[in-house]
This record gives sequence, structure tokens and C-alpha cells, in this order.
Amino acid sequence: MNPFVYSRAADAQQAVAGIAGQTNSKLLGGGTNLVDLMKMGVETPSQLVDINRLPLTQIEELPSGKGVRVGALVRNSDMAEHPLITSRYPVLSQAVLAGASPQLRNLATTGGNLLQRTRCYYFYDPAFPACNKRKPGSGCGAREGFNRIHAILGQSDQCIATHPSDMCVAMAALDAVVRVQGPNGEREIAFADFHRLPGNTPDRDTNLARDELITAVDLPAIPFATRSYYLKIRDRASYAFALVSVAALLDLDGGQIRSARIALGGVAHKPWRALKAERQLAGKKPDPEVFRSAAEAELADAKGYKYNSFKIEMAKRAIVRTLATVAAIP
Amino acid sequence: MTSEFDLWTENDVPSGQIGKTLIFTRTSRRRFLVQVTAAIAAFTLGPRFLALAQAAAAGATKTADLSTHDAVNVRLKINGKDYAIDQLDPRVTVLDLLRERLHLTGSKKGCDHGQCGACTVLINGRRVNSCLTLAVVNDGAEITTIEGLANGKQLHPMQAAFIKHDGFQCGYCTPGQICSAVALVKEGHAKDDAQIREWMSGNICRCGAYTNILAAIKEARDQSGAAVKG
Repeated sequence: MNPFVYSRAADAQQAVAGIAGQTNSKLLGGGTNLVDLMKMGVETPSQLVDINRLPLTQIEELPSGKGVRVGALVRNSDMAEHPLITSRYPVLSQAVLAGASPQLRNLATTGGNLLQRTRCYYFYDPAFPACNKRKPGSGCGAREGFNRIHAILGQSDQCIATHPSDMCVAMAALDAVVRVQGPNGEREIAFADFHRLPGNTPDRDTNLARDELITAVDLPAIPFATRSYYLKIRDRASYAFALVSVAALLDLDGGQIRSARIALGGVAHKPWRALKAERQLAGKKPDPEVFRSAAEAELADAKGYKYNSFKIEMAKRAIVRTLATVAAIP
Repeated sequence: MTSEFDLWTENDVPSGQIGKTLIFTRTSRRRFLVQVTAAIAAFTLGPRFLALAQAAAAGATKTADLSTHDAVNVRLKINGKDYAIDQLDPRVTVLDLLRERLHLTGSKKGCDHGQCGACTVLINGRRVNSCLTLAVVNDGAEITTIEGLANGKQLHPMQAAFIKHDGFQCGYCTPGQICSAVALVKEGHAKDDAQIREWMSGNICRCGAYTNILAAIKEARDQSGAAVKG
């Protein structure tokens, strides 16, 4: 691990001041990903600003029934079992509990989970020379390499990495809003705009500016969010990243789907909102054929590689199974 | 046989409640290895090795001699005892601090990347991977390691249950398994077999002692009377 200067911020202003104007400084939350990447030599900050003492650890109701605010330093384990989350956003609780291990969830923060970096082997291990995300212009080791865990949607010639988070898939389906603070004040970023597709700049995972701090994630009030489910498919029963995952919510009106919200994990550089499938479902009856046809529409443009083409059919079936599960929730 | 166990025994393990098949003595494996290594070096390599070792030690001192701006001071309560650690390199993880500086070698370094759980300790009562959290971040915290679970010579019920049910083979993952299991029961996540398996999934046992680990946890849970939360 390279040497760094450590400092501890007491509030958001101090944290932002600590990274503003410093091109090689990073904020340190739970550290489950950043410390690991520093051990690997992938991240080499010369300065770390510890934000663990910031007062951003609350989960609270927003005024006028507008939803729930989750502080950026709420630990994943605390979010997953908080009554406001389990009662109103079960899909989010399920997604968080499907990720990592109890020990890691006790450390990992909400803000840090948003900023998790890909587990693409060619990114994570500098022994592989080619990675456009780690070293722009060096190439992509995964495209012609062992790409079992890689993307099938929205990828580019430069990068076929996937976003590893479960939490973020549920937040994408919930249309969450990321609140951030920078040197010029606060702003909100819609969840769909927070993470990026790789394009020609795979080194940039998100649209968060270098000197901005995530302060909270707002979950809007969604009355039908209780009818939701997170399905995660992985290589072992627990403690593994998703091959494919699906977060889905259904707003049912008698025998009809009024609207659907679907997001996919493990398939793209960002949590993949399945807008095509959602459009197909609106106004239809919730039955398996309708679900399958919506899944087909969503995956129509999917592209597989040597080792991950199985994900295309797997994603379709996962969508069908998740929607059937959600439709059966009373 | 006694000598073989000598190599694998920490000198601070309470010996009073140990199962009948294990023989514990006061020699630690770590101390033995250090002594042997030094002896081999002196005999086989002579002055050249010692000079290299001294140079390496000087280098280490130089690294540790950071400017006051870079080095950090950390206060921790570990297993009920207060520690003041001054001039610490901020890169040091809780695990490395415990093992390399404080010589609390019960917590094990398995993968060092948060994937195996061998390093699991309780920080402020919560189980975490001590390999992924920097010591300085935990300034002021209370840490409980495997060395702090027993009450004097009286093993923690989870330790006793692991021995009774043979919840290990090589034993390397065991300190992490036991710390994790203690937290699991306290959290109320030990309701049934499926829940125990899922909530212990962060602790890998390469010997595959899972069946016996499960049996041990269930027994300790039933003794604690704190099995189910809510």
C-alpha cells in the first residue's frame, strides 16, 4: 500500500475542503472496497480524509410523507434491518442482505456502496496490463479474456465491466435520489444519472464530481413498493457477486399492471433500468407470457461474449420469475 | 506428541477447560518460529544474513519514523485493557496492529482481502473483517478478539461448544468463526439452520467443518437463551 496522509473530518464542509483542490485525495468510509483496492495497488491516494465521524448516520422520514432519507454513513447492516426500510422498501432490504457478508455489511456504508468499483479481474489485478478503466488507453483484458462475470448490456469496445452492487439495483428500481455536497453547495442526482455507461471513458464510474461528498440517498414514497422483490442468481448460495439479479416492483390495479419498475444487476456497467420491459408491461395482465415478452424486449439488444452468453437467457428467466413472485404478493 | 501440539498452541490459551484430547503448553508457535528462524540464520548464513536483517530492521524503523503529520496516535480498549499506540503508520489495519504490534495473534490473516473471515473481531460489539479497517479509523473503539472471549480460565460457551462438537480441523479459521458466531447469536440471526448458514457465510472453512460448526453454534445459542430477536 502506498503511503498517504491521514486526516479526519468532523463535518461535511471539512470533508469537502479536504478533497477540494487535491487531485489525489480520497474520502474513506467503511473502507471495505477502497482499502482492498489500495492493498492491490489499484487505488493509490496520497491523502485519505476519514469521514466516519460525520453525522450522516440517520434513517429518517422526509417531511410531508415524501419518503425516507438514508444518511450516507448508515452501515449496510443497519439499513437492511431498519423498520422504515423493511416495512416500506422490502426490495431494498432484501438486496442489501443479498450482498457481501454480515462482517462486511457492518463496515460498508450507503455512500461507499454507491461508489463500489467493478470486480472485473482485469481491473482488480494490476498484474494484467490491459484495463481501460484502471489505465485509460491500455486496452481491455476482459473482452477476449475470461468474461463470465461481464456485461451483456450497454457495454462499449473499451469496457465490458459490471457494477457489483446489489443495493444500487434496488435503489435504481425505487428511483432514489443521491444527495451530494460540493464546494459550491448541495445538489441532487437522479439515480439513473448517477452511474455511467462506459463509452469512451470507462475510468469514470459515476457523475459525482471529484470534490463532491455523498451526504444521503432519498427514497421517494411509493405506496406499491411493498409489492417488490429482489432475486439474485450467483455461483454459490451466499456471499458471491450476482451473475444476474433483478429488483422489481409492480403497481397492480385489479387484474392489470398499472406500472412496473424493474432494474437488473450483474449485466451492465451500471444498475440497468429495464425501461423497455416496463413499457411493455403497462396496462397488461400479470401473466407469465406477458412477463416473458417484456423480458425478450429488454434483452433484444444484449450481446454476449465467449463465457457469458448464458446471462442473456438467464436474465430473461430471472425477470419472469421475479415478476411472477411480485405479482403473487398479496 | 506433545511437541507437535507445542507448535500450534498460543501461550495465552486458558488450559483449564480444554477438551481431553488437546495438550496445551506454554510455548507459542510464533515464538518457536522466531527462535528457530534466528537460530537457523545464525548457524547457516552467519554475519551476512545478520547484516541484511539489521539493514531491513533499520529500513523498517525509518518507515515507522514518520513525521508527526503523517504518523498517528491511536487509543483502543482491547479485551478490556487500554492501549495507547503512538507513532503508528496510518496504513496499518486493525488486524496487523493486533498481530504484529500487540502480539495478539489469535486473529488470523487468511486472505487479507475480506473474503474469508479468519480475521473477524468484534469492534464496539459488531463483527467486522479486521483486515479491511484501518486502526486509526477505530481510534477510541472497544475491540474484542478471540483472546478476550473467555472469562479467566472459563471458556466462552461458544468456545466450549466448538471444542465439544469438533467445529474445526486445522483450526485456522476458528478464531474468526467463533467471534462471528458470538455476534451472530447476539444479533438474533441464529433462529434456524438455514439462517445460521446464511449469516455465517462470511466465514470460510476450507477443511469443511461446517456441519460441526453449525452444531456448536446451536448448542451455544440454546445455552445463551438469546436465540431469536423480535
